[in-house]
Amino acid sequence: MSITLSSEKIRSRFVRKVEEISGEKIFLCYQCGKCSSACPSTDQMDLLPNQIIRLVQLGQEEALSSKMIWVCTACLACGVECPKGIDIANLAEALRLMHLRKNLDHLDLNTISKEDLERLPAIALVGSSRKFTA
Amino acid sequence: MKLAYYPGCTLKGRARNFEETLVVSSSALGVELEELPKWSCCGTVCSLASDDLMRQLAPIRNLIRTQEMGSDGLVAPCAMCYNTMKRANLLVKGDREKLETVNEFMDREVDYDGTVEVLHPLQVFGSIGMHPVRKKASRPLTGLKISPYYGCLLIRPSAVAIDDPRNPRVMELLLEALGAEVVDSPLKAFCCGAYLTINRKDAVANMAHKIIAAATTRGADVMTTSCPLCFFNLDSRQEEVQARYPGATRIPILYFTQLVALALDLGDSCDFTDHYMDPRPLLEERELL
Repeated sequence: MSITLSSEKIRSRFVRKVEEISGEKIFLCYQCGKCSSACPSTDQMDLLPNQIIRLVQLGQEEALSSKMIWVCTACLACGVECPKGIDIANLAEALRLMHLRKNLDHLDLNTISKEDLERLPAIALVGSSRKFTA
Repeated sequence: MKLAYYPGCTLKGRARNFEETLVVSSSALGVELEELPKWSCCGTVCSLASDDLMRQLAPIRNLIRTQEMGSDGLVAPCAMCYNTMKRANLLVKGDREKLETVNEFMDREVDYDGTVEVLHPLQVFGSIGMHPVRKKASRPLTGLKISPYYGCLLIRPSAVAIDDPRNPRVMELLLEALGAEVVDSPLKAFCCGAYLTINRKDAVANMAHKIIAAATTRGADVMTTSCPLCFFNLDSRQEEVQARYPGATRIPILYFTQLVALALDLGDSCDFTDHYMDPRPLLEERELL
């Protein structure tokens, strides 16, 4: 993957927006990788949590198209381990919201099978709607 | 001890077996749970964005109901309800400006004063002390090897953890007091995949498979949990685990309250008909049912 670095990108609105929505200071990250070692979902991810942070630090908007943000279940294992106190799950939430606030759903509730609808606990349906639909 | 009780949607639906065993076990241990009148949705998942305070209204509304009852403790057994309400509470307790904004917005409600404490039944049982629990366990779970599974929301983030977020022990202490043999699992705080169970069954099966294997390879007979979504992913999704990982060891999953009820000889309150992996043959064989 080749990326273009520029001071404009690093100081871009994208970076400020991620910081504002997440409430996290992403430049605190020094890439120790503890978040990724704690993450239970890395084998489903194209980019690891620490790689996502690095992309955002460098103003690379392709962080928004990573599978990582939709596989993250906000289990918060990353945040417990971060030595700099960054809640990485908040960062993933910010990236998800940057899609959802454009009214782009990630989940189509019509695709749920009838069998699942009958047995799923309500919290699964409400939780996924909250996290994955606009 | 009398405490306000918030059941949440799932304990009135798919997890009725959780609620029924919680209520009778609590009562037997001297804890009276008084259900909140007119409770509403807890919000289900905590919003992790810093710019949408609106998402905190639902959990805080239930804290106002608690305050109106004159109770300073609200018991929330579902891990998701516990987490959302506990986090919303911490947020406004630590930020007077946000509390004022919320109170101004909900102007038909009385102001929330920030005095309610959100509790999980494991904390309540822990506060009774394990000695009285042991004394009341007239039908101890002798010989039953149980692997506790905490999942995420009871122990993360650290600020709302009911115990050490890296190595929680509250369920172990309770189960030992009930006479069971505890099987420690390194994946007891690993995520089950949560609501990915809707659109990524494959990912959930992968995670459930790892979590279950970590317990069964260490000799567990059953696993126990406190979250209806973990319960579903570990129990019902074993069908998916079998399809994807043929030969994977099966294991019954029980709510911790079902185990408390069994040990207190309140087995009649346990309804196991909704379990995908029926625990009854094992419990009958061990003469626990």
